[in-house]
Amino acid sequence: MNLRLTWRKSLNVFMLTLTGVAALAVVSVLFLILGYLVWNGWKSLNLDFFTKLPVPVGEMGGGMANAIVGSLKLLLLAAVIGLPMGVMAGIYLAEFGGRTYGFTIRYVTDLLNGVPSIVIGIFVWSIVVAPMKTFSTFAGGVALAIMVIPITLRSSEAFLRAVPTSLREGAMALGASKWRTILTVVLPAARGGIITGMLLALARVAGETAPLLFTAFGNQFWSPGWKQPVASLPVMIYTYAISPYQDWHRQAWAAGLVLLAIVLIANIGTRIVLSRGGVRSV
Amino acid sequence: MDSNASAIGSAPSPWTVRSIRRRLVSGDEVAHIVTLVFASFVILIASLLINELWVNCVLSRHAFGWHFWFSSEWDPVFEHFGALPFIYGTIVTSAIALVIALPLGLAAATFLAELAPRTLSDTVSFLIDLLAAIPSVIYGLLGIFIVVPLMRTMIGPALKSVFGFLPIFSGPNYGVGFLTAGIVLAIMVVPYIISISREVLLTVPRDQREAALALGATRWESTWKVVIPWARTGIMGSVFLALARALGETMAVTMVIGNDPKIAASLFAPGYTIAAVIANEFSEAFGNVYRSSLIELALVLFLITFILNGFARLLIIATGGGSPS
Repeated sequence: MNLRLTWRKSLNVFMLTLTGVAALAVVSVLFLILGYLVWNGWKSLNLDFFTKLPVPVGEMGGGMANAIVGSLKLLLLAAVIGLPMGVMAGIYLAEFGGRTYGFTIRYVTDLLNGVPSIVIGIFVWSIVVAPMKTFSTFAGGVALAIMVIPITLRSSEAFLRAVPTSLREGAMALGASKWRTILTVVLPAARGGIITGMLLALARVAGETAPLLFTAFGNQFWSPGWKQPVASLPVMIYTYAISPYQDWHRQAWAAGLVLLAIVLIANIGTRIVLSRGGVRSV
Repeated sequence: MDSNASAIGSAPSPWTVRSIRRRLVSGDEVAHIVTLVFASFVILIASLLINELWVNCVLSRHAFGWHFWFSSEWDPVFEHFGALPFIYGTIVTSAIALVIALPLGLAAATFLAELAPRTLSDTVSFLIDLLAAIPSVIYGLLGIFIVVPLMRTMIGPALKSVFGFLPIFSGPNYGVGFLTAGIVLAIMVVPYIISISREVLLTVPRDQREAALALGATRWESTWKVVIPWARTGIMGSVFLALARALGETMAVTMVIGNDPKIAASLFAPGYTIAAVIANEFSEAFGNVYRSSLIELALVLFLITFILNGFARLLIIATGGGSPS
């Protein structure tokens, strides 16, 4: 009996330590990854990276100015198309949505959110690229917008629901109609949260590569307008990392650092704003 | 799910002509319809997506039929296409990822939910959520330049010297292959398992733990025999979500799996997955049957993840856990 108790106690200590080790292992992987990337990226980063175009294979130097501008253009399109649709649909779910139809939309949204991004790429290829007969900035923006919609929808719905019912009742008691209440009371109250959700959605698609491979495609020079292929940071990282050239690897690390910085700053910043602003309950 | 907020204003009123006109004038119905249209876009996109994939793979469906699934031939020159090597690669890499990530993730979640002080637990969860936000192409970059060399020089030889007699750990080791892809995938899905499992574990009522402890169970016994079984359904949900993500992951896998459409018993051998072959070959697929075959692969990938995701959400909803984002 005593032996059994000792066994149970040591198993207890052993297994509990093991769970701690697992947690530590996961967190240290995070720091290892970030550390290695920052170290390598920082070594490779220079001013040329932000101001120059890529150079042909074999020449040293050059930068990714076109990919940085390209990524911004794609994000702009994704924001213009995706954000308003996401927020409007979020308003429907939070303020009007009936039981059955609301549930259906919510469920389909979650499923759409889980669709592999490469499949979104094929989808946009067949509805935009194939009819237009060319890869284009526009197609890439549409692909990213389709990924932005479900994320924005769910976050704005959550923040609208967090607005206290008493605010709505107060506005209505003063004689405001429902849409005026939403426009002048509910939306302003949830504004901080909704904007945060939008930023997180954009940060998430900023790093997407797969949906851009056969929509925006990529190139090595400036791409004016919206109807030509355009380079973007994630696709450049992919192309440069799998290339056999040392100098391209260097630039891939630099681009990786820039991309990581954008994504992490957006994530950490919005989370801090969230925890301070008292907008809770996501 | 519906808060009482949505009930206000849509109180049942008789649909007389006067009431409809009054509501139209006040703008409520207009606002309702406008937002409804936007919400319906979600369903429109989803159905359009399925339709496009189905219509665009008609050539391959007619040419190969069910044979597509069981043939391991992938020959763009003679236009013979079979999906088997890709299905095999997708399943094997995801299985490796789960075998590594599930014990690790569940253990870490247990630590965070059961043992760690609240502040430490919240800080670590914050860091782990950040891990989930890192773009997959960056994991691929790190995979190529950290995991592949490690595999070639350390992990591979070590496994070979210990388990070399097993067929899965034999054969030449190039650094790229199923095992490398599985490891990179494991790193990518572990944050999902941790953050959802932790949330589910935190919803287990306190008295369950206290009852077990009062009966003389050790801390570990109460966790293993009471808390985890209680949260089982939610944990299963997190595993399905992780699996759906691993199956659909494209960039990181494409960069480290070696891209060779072969079925090999050895985990060191290079392989291919559904997502990776689409990423690599779609923009260069000029033959119509070729392109159609790739789209059929996309359709399958879509359906698998669609079903897994749906199942996972149902499980998580059933246990009342939080929604992951």
